[in-house]
Amino acid sequence: MAKLHVSTTINGEPHEFLCDAEQSLLDVLRGPLGLTGSKEGCASGDCGACSVTVDGRLVCSCLVLAPEAEGKSINTIEGMATSDQLHPLQQKFLEMAALQCGICTPGVLMAAKSLLDRNPDPTEHEVRFWLAGNLCRCTGYDKIVRAVMETAKDMREAVR
Amino acid sequence: MTEVQYVAPGTLDEAVRVFASASGAARILAGGTDLLVQMRSGAVRPGLIVDIKKIAEMTAIEQGADGSFRIGAAVSGAALREHAKLKAIWPGVVEAANLIGSTQIQGRASAGGNLCNASPAGDSVPAMVAAAATVTVQGPNGRRQLAVEKVPAGPGRTTLAKGEIVVSFTLPPRPKGSGDAYLRMIPRTEMDIAVVGCGVSLTLDKGTCTAARVGLGAVAPTVLLVEDAAKALIGSKLDAAALDKAANACRAACRPIDDKRGTIAYRTQIAGVLLKRAATIAAERAGRS
Repeated sequence: MAKLHVSTTINGEPHEFLCDAEQSLLDVLRGPLGLTGSKEGCASGDCGACSVTVDGRLVCSCLVLAPEAEGKSINTIEGMATSDQLHPLQQKFLEMAALQCGICTPGVLMAAKSLLDRNPDPTEHEVRFWLAGNLCRCTGYDKIVRAVMETAKDMREAVR
Repeated sequence: MTEVQYVAPGTLDEAVRVFASASGAARILAGGTDLLVQMRSGAVRPGLIVDIKKIAEMTAIEQGADGSFRIGAAVSGAALREHAKLKAIWPGVVEAANLIGSTQIQGRASAGGNLCNASPAGDSVPAMVAAAATVTVQGPNGRRQLAVEKVPAGPGRTTLAKGEIVVSFTLPPRPKGSGDAYLRMIPRTEMDIAVVGCGVSLTLDKGTCTAARVGLGAVAPTVLLVEDAAKALIGSKLDAAALDKAANACRAACRPIDDKRGTIAYRTQIAGVLLKRAATIAAERAGRS
């Protein structure tokens, strides 16, 4: 059967790809599009390592069919830094060692950015609940939560 | 393995036409948080996937002139949470839908999918039952409406006919002094499947309960409407005796299974506990409305 042709926007740039109906958005991002920052952990929506946004909404790209991307605007971890400037979350994760093996980190960063875009002043409780769908087997979460809280504080002070 | 076909029709008529005329197994795709997991595990192998999210009616929340709400079947949990008016009037329905999965799952998972997945433990369903939601269904023979509790037929099965698609939920106009609440018991803090779920919706007039509905989840093959529990609440001031009577009615309605999440005895006991707690929260909210 013929492949499906999909036109979409990824990190602000127009993209086109061919896919099978049952392929996931994650398959296409990591395969033909070469955007391997999004990771496959569980492939069942439990771990959050494949987190991206679709029209501004945080989702697991393993639970989105690739043809659903038609006409949508998708943001991935590759679009988080601008040219050679890391996003404040990325910088803070490095400074505060909020990662160890790193496989969950792209998903955690996408989820944390999605939170701070909506809520620049989250409580620790809100951070922990928002990130509950991002599993990390290394850090024990404390460093991640602290880095997100610190970044939020820095970003609030920066806009003052 | 046969190849899967994907279509995303722009109108409901077209969606019903292709869904009804599919020769093999066909599945509706709303948020996909159940369907894609089932496909990947091999539990479901659809020949046709009909994505309904390009149909405006499926993804809209509208308030009618009479105060009723119409919620499209594919509206995500995140969109429900962000609808301030809906959340103010139906906090129990919204909190139930918002208990399903993580932030990422909330970005996709829908009440329509939760209903049609037909798990006895679906969190949004008891709250919708308590809210007296009606479901609009469209199929090859046109449109019909039915009470939400008439949709599930058993675990993974619905009463919908071939080619029928759930279009929307309608929540009735809300009298003054009304409130609803949903609680579930899980062995951990978050993100688990309900051992028991209980939705209560009620209306108070000077402290006396004038209307009530109770939905119970995960204690029978389908979500239950517990009319005897509602009867025990109506006419009372929600005093301890009335709550006990309603709790016992919930326990009497239970036909649960023993599994790794909970025993029959535990589920039955908890059904009554949750009824009391949910009714108390609903009453407190009713007092503020």
